[in-house]
Amino acid sequence: MSGAGTVKLKINGVEVTAYEGETILEAAKRAGIRIPTLCYLDGLSNYGSCRLCIVEIKGSPKLFPSCTTPVSNGMEVITDSERLRKYRKMTVELLLSEKPHVCAVCVANGNCELQDLAKEFGVDHLRFDREWTRQKIDLTHDFLVIDNNRCILCTRCVRVCDEIEGVHVLDIKARGKDSQIIVDMDEDWGSSRSCTSCRKCARVCPVGAIYVRDKPISETKDKDIAQFIISRRRR
Amino acid sequence: MVLKPEDILRIAREEAERQRSYRYRINVCCSSGCLPFGALQVLKAFEEAIKEFGLQGECRVSRTGCVGTCSVGPVVLIEPGGYLYQNVTPENAREIVKSHIVSGKPVKELLYANEAFFKKQLRLVLRNAGKIDPLKIEDYIAAGGYSALIKCLTKMTPKEVIDEVIASGLRGRGGAGFPTGQKWNFVAREKNTPKYVVANLDEGDPGVFANRTLAEADPHAIIEGMAIAAYAVGAEKGYIYVRAEYPLAVQTLREALKQARSMNLMGKNILETQFSFDIELRLGAGAFVAGEETGILASIEGRRAMPRPRPPYPATSGLWGKPTLIQNVETLANVPLIILNGGSWFAKIGTPKCTGTKCFSLTGKVNNPGLIEVPMGITLREVVFEIGGGVPSGRRFKAVLVGGPSGGCLPESLLDLSIDYESLTKAGAIMGSGGIVVIDDESCMVDTAWFFTDFCVDESCGKCVPCRVGLLKMRNILERIMKGEGRLEDLDILSELGEYVRDVSLCGLGQTAPNPVLTTLRYFRDEYITHIFDKRCPAGKCFRSQVSMKEAP
Ligand SMILES: Cc1cc2nc3c(=O)[nH]c(=O)nc-3n(C[C@H](O)[C@H](O)[C@H](O)COP(=O)(O)O)c2cc1C
Ligand code: SF4
Ligand code: SF4
Ligand code: SF4
Ligand code: FES
Ligand code: FES
Repeated sequence: MSGAGTVKLKINGVEVTAYEGETILEAAKRAGIRIPTLCYLDGLSNYGSCRLCIVEIKGSPKLFPSCTTPVSNGMEVITDSERLRKYRKMTVELLLSEKPHVCAVCVANGNCELQDLAKEFGVDHLRFDREWTRQKIDLTHDFLVIDNNRCILCTRCVRVCDEIEGVHVLDIKARGKDSQIIVDMDEDWGSSRSCTSCRKCARVCPVGAIYVRDKPISETKDKDIAQFIISRRRR
Repeated sequence: MVLKPEDILRIAREEAERQRSYRYRINVCCSSGCLPFGALQVLKAFEEAIKEFGLQGECRVSRTGCVGTCSVGPVVLIEPGGYLYQNVTPENAREIVKSHIVSGKPVKELLYANEAFFKKQLRLVLRNAGKIDPLKIEDYIAAGGYSALIKCLTKMTPKEVIDEVIASGLRGRGGAGFPTGQKWNFVAREKNTPKYVVANLDEGDPGVFANRTLAEADPHAIIEGMAIAAYAVGAEKGYIYVRAEYPLAVQTLREALKQARSMNLMGKNILETQFSFDIELRLGAGAFVAGEETGILASIEGRRAMPRPRPPYPATSGLWGKPTLIQNVETLANVPLIILNGGSWFAKIGTPKCTGTKCFSLTGKVNNPGLIEVPMGITLREVVFEIGGGVPSGRRFKAVLVGGPSGGCLPESLLDLSIDYESLTKAGAIMGSGGIVVIDDESCMVDTAWFFTDFCVDESCGKCVPCRVGLLKMRNILERIMKGEGRLEDLDILSELGEYVRDVSLCGLGQTAPNPVLTTLRYFRDEYITHIFDKRCPAGKCFRSQVSMKEAP
């Protein structure tokens, strides 16, 4: 593959051909190189908030989020280095200490992307004090629950609801550390008239923040759902 | 009224002549700094006194914008001669008219005494501030205003305009210092239309007021700069984004736009040329991050002012996905001067890599606080000790914070640093939007770092993890140290976190917010150590020392 519409770049020293306009993450994925991600979800718009997918580009002292940085010809990308690993571990540590993430009493225990990353980066203790937040837990919906005290604000739920389900029930209110996912205009989920109860939000939530009550989470999580729907719609 | 370029030039001549016919011009500052101290009453008192002495034909009393010495307001400037009166009361007004105007004897006791404040300044952007009435477009025109736009529209191609700006070496005054002409080029070469020009007047940094002052004092300089930029890049529509906390700036700009439209300087076929351009005001609700370039775009579009990753840069995909030029208002106000005097004239001011002047809001523990404009390359010492007159007596200079809340705290040993983008960045500070805060030995540097970190915690938009959580943890560690519960490891964690937040954050807020902590750790580490080991705050500021003072027998 080469010619019009493609570019050549190097990822970790290996030459890779990619489509013009593709992101570094996509190019790496096709080349079989895994870059850790959290807010990225195939099929949704790229958001660039978790900063786990950062990579180095030769010739620049800056770091680049691979999920939003487009490839260019001759680019030399490094996806793994001591500095990157140190920073990714810091991100996971910070997320774990931002809210009361107590895996033992979390529905997502064993099926949580944050937990997986903590294992991957060897987070065995937290260097920061945990915050014991008291954010909204909404139990009013028939079977869907949101517990903001576990939310990592990746907005996968917001984006899947807006971009795939097409209703934009969910959004963020407030800012900074007080940011919270809300339903409609910050109303109870149970009284929402816009929610179609499609569960897409629960299927893409990487942690235990949005889940289907009384169901094993292993059955309700499905982070490929957005890509699956898009590919079906295209047929 | 349909006006042509010649008409504007004629108006300029006539108005300038009329102004020369006055023996005296009494300029009363009615900008935000002086208003609360009764500037409007002073203005009225002058008008009455002039009437009382029958001097209407000989004197013109006008409201003007800020002269820069806001801490001694209300301020009155009498021309000719540049006599500056400070702390003027309505009672003083009559006295000044009687003595200065009638008898030709300036009232010495009331004159501003700190000559040094103006000596090293070079007022180009603030050329008209304090001298013209911002609510009278004729004043601006008489001072040479809009002739740069006319020159562009009648004698220059858009490319020539851009080349002139490139030749000037002008760099963005909004903080990052990106070459302005180069940015214009990026937008100009885009094929996608319509294109937009956005003037950034958000100015969310606390203690910084240069942009507000400029808008209040000389709104047409911003508008003219924007029109020239629009002509150069091929835009027909512009937005000025002002925070709603700046009501006087909003009002002044609104009136200025109305007057510009009525004179055919704005709108369809400006001055009977092919060029059409109009500007809309957009009010921001006042979030620091709304000044970030992609944040401002989201806000103008009516969405949450959340930054987004770049690329795509606004130059290719800005407002509603269209090419958009975003420029700080001070940057824009430089443009008419560059067009009139030439890029090479401008390039000679300042330093070779950092041309022109920069406005700074000088505050904190300094004798002459206020708004200043200085050539780039001036040293911090000149600014703090000559223009600023040094630290009020009884106290010693300790540090100077350069670049607003996410600037760096620089120690005495760096006072001879040249003020330019590169030197500041190397020292750990930034140009930012031009805040300089002088800190004396009464302040604790840990407390100072905490104060600014706390501001950034509050202002973080919350989108990305480093800024949202990293800064919060930094603030919490500082708090612990201030309570006397710090550990030595905290210092390493603070540096590590600081570097992480700086390197990994999505937008400029997070990327610069650790500066106060990183620079105080670098230059004032001993103060942290004293807090941690001696459980004592050297300046007697922090929680623990207050507690222990109370506990002490
Ligand atoms: C948090 C944050 C706040 C900002 N606030 C402002 C502001 O108030 N005014 C401004 O002109 N630029 C501000 N900027 C810089 C803008 O993003 C942008 O660089 C600037 O408006 C470009 O114009 P210039 O090239 O003329 O400087 C801010 C940047 C950040 C990261
Ligand atoms: S269940 Fe479906 S419609 Fe309802 S909030 Fe979740 S994604 Fe949106
Ligand atoms: S609820 Fe889940 S999917 Fe939604 S933002 Fe929070 S962590 Fe992400
Ligand atoms: S750096 Fe801070 S303000 Fe900027 S995007 Fe990240 S969280 Fe938002
Ligand atoms: S996956 Fe790229 S920033 Fe989250
Ligand atoms: S506001 Fe009057 S001198 Fe600055």
